[in-house]
Amino acid sequence: MNARAMVITLASLLLGAPYPGTAQGFAGLGTDAEGFAVPQRGTPLAFPKDHGAHPDYRIEWWYLTATLDGAGGQEYGVQWTLFRSALAPSEAEGWDSPQVWMGHAGLTTAEAHFSAERFARGGTGQAGGTIDPFVAHIDDWHMISRAAEGADAYDALRAHARGADFSFDLDFDAEGPLVKHGDDGYSMKSAEGQASYYYSQPFYRVTGTLHLPDGPVEVTGQGWLDREWSSQPLAEDQAGWDWVSLSFDDGHRMMGFQLRGTQTFTAGTWITPSGDPTPLPDGALRFTPLAHTQIDARRVPTSWRIEWPEGELDIETEPLNPRAWMDLSISYWEGPLRFSGSHSGRGYLEMTGY
Amino acid sequence: MTRATFVAFLSHWWRNKLQLAMLLAGLALATALWSGVQALNTEARAAYATAEALLSEDGAAQLEHPSGQMAQDRFVELRRAGWLVSPVLEGRADLGETRVTLIGIEPLTAPPGAGPALAAQDLEGFVAGTGFAHPQTLREIGTSALDLRPSNAVPVGSVLVDIGTAQRLLETDRISHLTVNPDQPAGLRPLNEVAPDLRRIPPGEGAELGGLTESFHLNLTAFGLLSFAVGLFIVHSAVGLAFEQRRGMFRTLRALGLPLRVLTLALVAEMLVFALIAGAAGLVLGHVLASLLMPDVALTLRGLYGAPVPGALQFNPQWALAGLGMTLAGTAIAGGQALWRLWHLPVLAPARPRAWAQASRRGLRVQAGIALALGLVALILALRPEGGLVAGFALLAAALLAAALAVPVLLSAMLSVAERRARGPLAQWFWADSRQNLPRLSLALMALMLALAANIGVGTMVASFRATFIDWLDLRLVAEVNVLPANAEEAARLEPFLAARTDAVLPMLRIDATLEGQPGQVYAMKDHATFRDNWPLIAPVPQVWDRLAAGEGVLVNEQLYRRAGLDPGADRLALPGQDPLPVLGAYPDYGNPLAQAVIALPRFQDAYPGAPVRQFALRTDNPQALIAALQDEFGLSAAQITDQAQAKELSMAIFERTFVITRALNVLTLSVAALALFAALVTLAGMRLTQLAPLWALGLTPRHLAGLELARALVLGALTLLLALPVGLMLAQVLLAVINVQAFGWRLPLQVFPGDWARLALWAGLAVLAAASLPALRLWRDGPAQLLRGFAHER
Repeated sequence: MNARAMVITLASLLLGAPYPGTAQGFAGLGTDAEGFAVPQRGTPLAFPKDHGAHPDYRIEWWYLTATLDGAGGQEYGVQWTLFRSALAPSEAEGWDSPQVWMGHAGLTTAEAHFSAERFARGGTGQAGGTIDPFVAHIDDWHMISRAAEGADAYDALRAHARGADFSFDLDFDAEGPLVKHGDDGYSMKSAEGQASYYYSQPFYRVTGTLHLPDGPVEVTGQGWLDREWSSQPLAEDQAGWDWVSLSFDDGHRMMGFQLRGTQTFTAGTWITPSGDPTPLPDGALRFTPLAHTQIDARRVPTSWRIEWPEGELDIETEPLNPRAWMDLSISYWEGPLRFSGSHSGRGYLEMTGY
Repeated sequence: MTRATFVAFLSHWWRNKLQLAMLLAGLALATALWSGVQALNTEARAAYATAEALLSEDGAAQLEHPSGQMAQDRFVELRRAGWLVSPVLEGRADLGETRVTLIGIEPLTAPPGAGPALAAQDLEGFVAGTGFAHPQTLREIGTSALDLRPSNAVPVGSVLVDIGTAQRLLETDRISHLTVNPDQPAGLRPLNEVAPDLRRIPPGEGAELGGLTESFHLNLTAFGLLSFAVGLFIVHSAVGLAFEQRRGMFRTLRALGLPLRVLTLALVAEMLVFALIAGAAGLVLGHVLASLLMPDVALTLRGLYGAPVPGALQFNPQWALAGLGMTLAGTAIAGGQALWRLWHLPVLAPARPRAWAQASRRGLRVQAGIALALGLVALILALRPEGGLVAGFALLAAALLAAALAVPVLLSAMLSVAERRARGPLAQWFWADSRQNLPRLSLALMALMLALAANIGVGTMVASFRATFIDWLDLRLVAEVNVLPANAEEAARLEPFLAARTDAVLPMLRIDATLEGQPGQVYAMKDHATFRDNWPLIAPVPQVWDRLAAGEGVLVNEQLYRRAGLDPGADRLALPGQDPLPVLGAYPDYGNPLAQAVIALPRFQDAYPGAPVRQFALRTDNPQALIAALQDEFGLSAAQITDQAQAKELSMAIFERTFVITRALNVLTLSVAALALFAALVTLAGMRLTQLAPLWALGLTPRHLAGLELARALVLGALTLLLALPVGLMLAQVLLAVINVQAFGWRLPLQVFPGDWARLALWAGLAVLAAASLPALRLWRDGPAQLLRGFAHER
């Protein structure tokens, strides 16, 4: 999954309140779905319609991550995210729109971590996610389809974001199909039945330019797009999650997460190089923290042992920069990693609720 | 020894309770007036700071369109270019019982500030329509359809709402301006490429309240200082007299072996205690005074400058400490002379309680010299009037001080003349005795002269202004009906309707602009007899109206004309987006703090095509029918229509408010001066017994003597008023020709109102009589017994 930092109550968001594990879950994700549409098992995803926004669902995101290499051998990680959060299950023109948008961008190097955020209300054109042509944007940050006519919009994307002291322009070209998580895109989030619609494009080849305070850097690498929408993705007792997307050196991909609550809930998807998914049910994956990093008052597990006994997978992850903290209105850890053990490769780690 | 000294010191005040009361009252009054004025200034300035912090905590720049508004898409366009800007919509709207300024903000994109912080308390509620207003504004509104919550962070008279709410209430889909977040990402396309038609206004310049109102506050401060100075006269005379009366005691204490150091310390401690007691009382009094004046100050500032100042006063330790500091400093100045004399007291010389009076002839010459020097300084300052407002007040201070110092000199001269012309021993004694006692009264008389002169000067200035203003209003407000369209669409609908029903429709279009570096506005003027016939012009070029109508030039208001030193016919004025135009003339524009320029309507519409019509001035023979038609057929609210009478009433109300505070302080200053005179006369009366006793012994009745005392006070008062008259007129001239020009930007002709002087003379006479009557009454009542003691005291 990609149960990412999300907004329900923007008020608490703007106050910059910290989000420790509370009874309401991370960023209010544990609130009920009153009035909003709720994901139903067996409803097939439809493209290109589902590439665009779903205003009748409470929350939604477009989530790009990339592990990148510069010409001189330096490693980088890039995150581009657009969140949508609705105060009511409808859309309206102008300031009456109940839709609120939030953009997050991150850029990680071995020595530094840059982050930026943007806010917008729907209805004015400042932010949105439209299908034809596909554009997801907030201010000048955008994710635009470059796909040829007739091809899926997500086959080729261009992403741009800009912070106070960094920016990036990257092209994403898919080398495999879209992958649906869970039961044909219906992704369970707790034993009580919370769920979301969730699919990914995990096979991007990425090229482009990063603009850092020291100057521009040409980069190439691999990218991953997550699309997810829901109205109530967390159970009440779930305080946060640890999520990884992994690209194996042999061409396999894997998505896995654990939701921390009174009962830990895990799920994942094993993806073959040709894009065939195998859902990993609750309990199939095991997450064990190996090393912690103290970031201000928080103790964040930045190195993990991840096991999938059934698939004979036993790996240890090592972050590129253990201090990849997204110090924004909603704060969390998100950054690139390398893993080794039974398998090796690179990936992205996200941890919330610490 | 210390105890004996202490008791000796106290005993004097115990015997002279009235003197003590005067001393304390003088100090308390001086502190009260000064700290009261400071409290008003502090409160108003805090209100300006609140207003500026509402939209951004450290001041964000603004982007404005010359038309004063822009399409909302401009916001989206700039955001999509990467610029962190946030839309603001401001406008006037009727809410409940009153009319308020709506300030609509967009909380998600607004830079950090007091307003967005308020919105963030309940963002969902705010976006859904909750608003915030100052508690005072809430009371004025009463009940309204909006869900409003109290907050002191919102300026008085404004309501903070979401931009969507503001658009709904103001019936528009446009925005007023954009705030520019101080922190912008690197590498953006410059604003002058992305939005070349938008004007960037640096932080602090958009809300120029601080700068615009500075003259008002300087005015208040000057009055506070004047009152303080007059209060110090009281203290000085009380302290000086107490010293003279205790001269014998000091000599005795010194002869008994008390070191000078201990004596000095005792005197300093005594004054310090007085200063603290009276200062504290003065602070309380000052706060009461300021609370009483605050509503008027707030009205004045709102009326004159649109400055959002609450009518209620809050305690602020800043002015309280400053007030107490002034009291201590003032006491030190007033008491310094007494200390100096103490150090030079010859221990073994015989007591000469009247010595200071004898030695005063030399003192008078020195005083005359200083007066002359100060007069010269004033003259030099008057000849170079470009020195700014502070120089203007310096000129006033120098001139007033010179005049005050000259008072004893001139009075002494006048009394000598009278003495020489007097017939009979009693008359001769009367004049000689008056002159003899002049030095002791001179400070009080100087204070009286200052107060009278201030009264005449300020009264003349206000009356001159009023006379000019009323004439000007009659000419300016010729339109029978004024209509304010709610928005551009309504204006467009109204125009053909109005054209068919009136003799003339004069649309008012306006853009905001920076003129010669000052915040200002450019107006459009339709060529019409209304203006040609009625607008008085200053220094117009020949055929000024024809040339203006042809679009050949620009008229400027007097404020801009004087501040920028524009010369019609020779100078040009740069307007936004146009080549500099020749200045054709200037027009009086009283009560407007902003610079203003007027160009012909066609030229305006060419240059600023987007500017909406803000107002229609209408000429009609039947205003009532027109108003009724507008209300019936267009559903215009009463607030959108003003007839001529209402407009005049409003303008006069603003005018009256401008000088409410000035008048109030004026009356207070005069009261303090009367008190000073009272203090001096009371203390003098006690000392003069030895001089009056021989007259009683020679056969004058106490009643006769008391009458003579009263007469003397009246004569001195009358002579002082006579001296105050030219000083007051000089003051008025300086106020009209220097201070007003610097502070407000307009110059007015001096007009003389002798009726006011007669009234003042009456009041002054009553004040002098009141001050002199208690000592005279005592003399009459206690007569022989008192006077006999004059022989008993071998002093």
